Amino acid sequence: MAALTVETTAVPVHGAATEKVATATRVASAAGAGSVRFEKLGKIYRSAAGAVNALEDIDLEIPAGRVYGIIGRSGAGKSSLLRTINRLETPTSGRVLVDGQDIGRFDEDALVELRRRLGMIFQHFNLLSAKTVRENVALPLVVAGVPKKQIAERVDEVLALVGLEGKHNVYPSRLSGGQKQRVGIARALVHKPEILLCDEATSALDPETTLSILKLLKDINRSLGLTIILITHEMSVIREICENVLVLEQGRIAEEGPVWQVFGAPKHDATRALLRPLSRDLPEDIAARLQPQPVAGGEAVLELHYTGGESAGPDLSCLASALGTSVRLLHGTIDRIQGHAQGTLLVAARGVSESNLEALKGHVGSARILGHVASDV
Amino acid sequence: MSPAMYNRLWLAFLDTVQMVGISALIALVIGIPIAVFLVVSAPGGFFEAPRLNRAVAAVVNGFRATPFIVLLVALLPFTRFLTGTTIGVWAAIVPLSISATPFFARIAEVSLREVDKGLIEAAQAMGCRKWHIVRHVLLPEAFPGIVGGFTITVVTMIGASAMAGAVGAGGLGDMAIRYGYQRFDTTVMIAVIIVLIAMVTLVQFAGDYTVRRLRNR
Ligand SMILES: Nc1ncnc2c1ncn2[C@@H]1O[C@H](COP(=O)(O)OP(=O)(O)O)[C@@H](O)[C@H]1O
Ligand SMILES: [Mg+2]
Repeated sequence: MAALTVETTAVPVHGAATEKVATATRVASAAGAGSVRFEKLGKIYRSAAGAVNALEDIDLEIPAGRVYGIIGRSGAGKSSLLRTINRLETPTSGRVLVDGQDIGRFDEDALVELRRRLGMIFQHFNLLSAKTVRENVALPLVVAGVPKKQIAERVDEVLALVGLEGKHNVYPSRLSGGQKQRVGIARALVHKPEILLCDEATSALDPETTLSILKLLKDINRSLGLTIILITHEMSVIREICENVLVLEQGRIAEEGPVWQVFGAPKHDATRALLRPLSRDLPEDIAARLQPQPVAGGEAVLELHYTGGESAGPDLSCLASALGTSVRLLHGTIDRIQGHAQGTLLVAARGVSESNLEALKGHVGSARILGHVASDV
Repeated sequence: MSPAMYNRLWLAFLDTVQMVGISALIALVIGIPIAVFLVVSAPGGFFEAPRLNRAVAAVVNGFRATPFIVLLVALLPFTRFLTGTTIGVWAAIVPLSISATPFFARIAEVSLREVDKGLIEAAQAMGCRKWHIVRHVLLPEAFPGIVGGFTITVVTMIGASAMAGAVGAGGLGDMAIRYGYQRFDTTVMIAVIIVLIAMVTLVQFAGDYTVRRLRNR
């Protein structure tokens, strides 16, 4: 209801109405244009083959203006969740609120209006093959009854925004995958939506094209301020552009939070399993020489994990002074995510045992001794 | 062949064109809505109506399963009721269109069904109403297939129109039977056959060409 009454705030009001308006304003700003809220959401697919519990007990708030990522294994319920936002999928239980409004109670007209405030792009682009680029992009406005002249101007505008000037009269079959997705994005943006829903939008593209599309999405998020909710199975996509991430596992929320936190210190097995391809394994030559007991004249091999929450970041001199010995860097990667340095380093240090690890608290996220090697590693 | 015979052949040709043309138009105008209905009302369609869907499908199948020659005779009372006669071009148009409509509707239905579900979802997601989806997605996307199906329908109808000639509908079929079969005038029969072959070839060529143009963009 909140957003419905927002308009009245622009009109000067007196007396009894004032209080109501004040309340409406507060609710509206809490909800924001482009926010989504799931309350106790559940979705069960029933078919001849039996019932599938695709979503269970989803309680979640997606604030307006974010780039919000959803990850999870195949079949975890990502698409089902995303599709409840524009009601391509109807929940079996619970509510979905867009800008504070319960969309489950919308009739056909209200639903069409809602969908005109949302844009969606797809893995396989879903462009109409019988229409030119211009006609594809214009369609949302055509069916909304926008005057021809206005449509033409707006179509030129969005096609320029996605970098597709000069392709107006081309049929989609003549375009590359990246160009097709740009048309998809233009079509989704043409009616100036508050939220852009992306279901595996880069999964059919090569890595380079993926990067250019992600950059475009990020630019759009910044310049237009619209909320982007995207599903992907590529962790690099999340790391590249998302601010928050939701990990779904078998229809439930495994964990949720800022990307640097979730990726830096994954709490759930599902997250760790998804992140595994990103983490480097112990190099073979070191693994082969690791021994469980200290070696005379040798060094301990430490695995230092940075979650991005440390005060100093991976400061090597800090490490040396905390351990009271020199530290050699063996192997590792540090990534910067949203300004937080995180990753894993392997270091060798002489004369270090479990009791020394206490001293590292506050300098690293976690540290453990993998084993010991003779000093010539 | 005498000039009079050429003239007769020309008139018979025009009769056939008229019979097939008008029946084809009727089949097109009624067949496409039936096909659209069958697709969108099917389970999983966006206008689900399983009972009505089954009923319409049963009627369509019933007409499809009936051989044209049987339909022709069975429909005589209905034809007389509609046109006041059972001979002539208009009397042939009734059974021809009634036979061609379900035939064409089924072919068009297959093309419509093949339209990617993702396109329908994309249309829904952008705020299309049901009518918009039919108008902007289903029909344009299935159009090449529908043109192909219409071509097959017209070719089949040219053959059927000759059969209608057997019960006094006029046209090329009537002429072939009257001169070729009853008077053993082989020349006339061959002339009729040549005209029929030319018609079918022309229709098929035009149809194929259009489909190729549509698909290749
Ligand atoms: N239309 C449907 N009918 C039946 N089961 C479905 C349907 N759509 C999805 N499912 C099932 O629901 C679960 C979640 O699917 P989905 O949301 O597509 O997962 P994801 O996008 O994470 O791969 C899967 O087990 C899938 O098989
Ligand atoms: Mg999916």
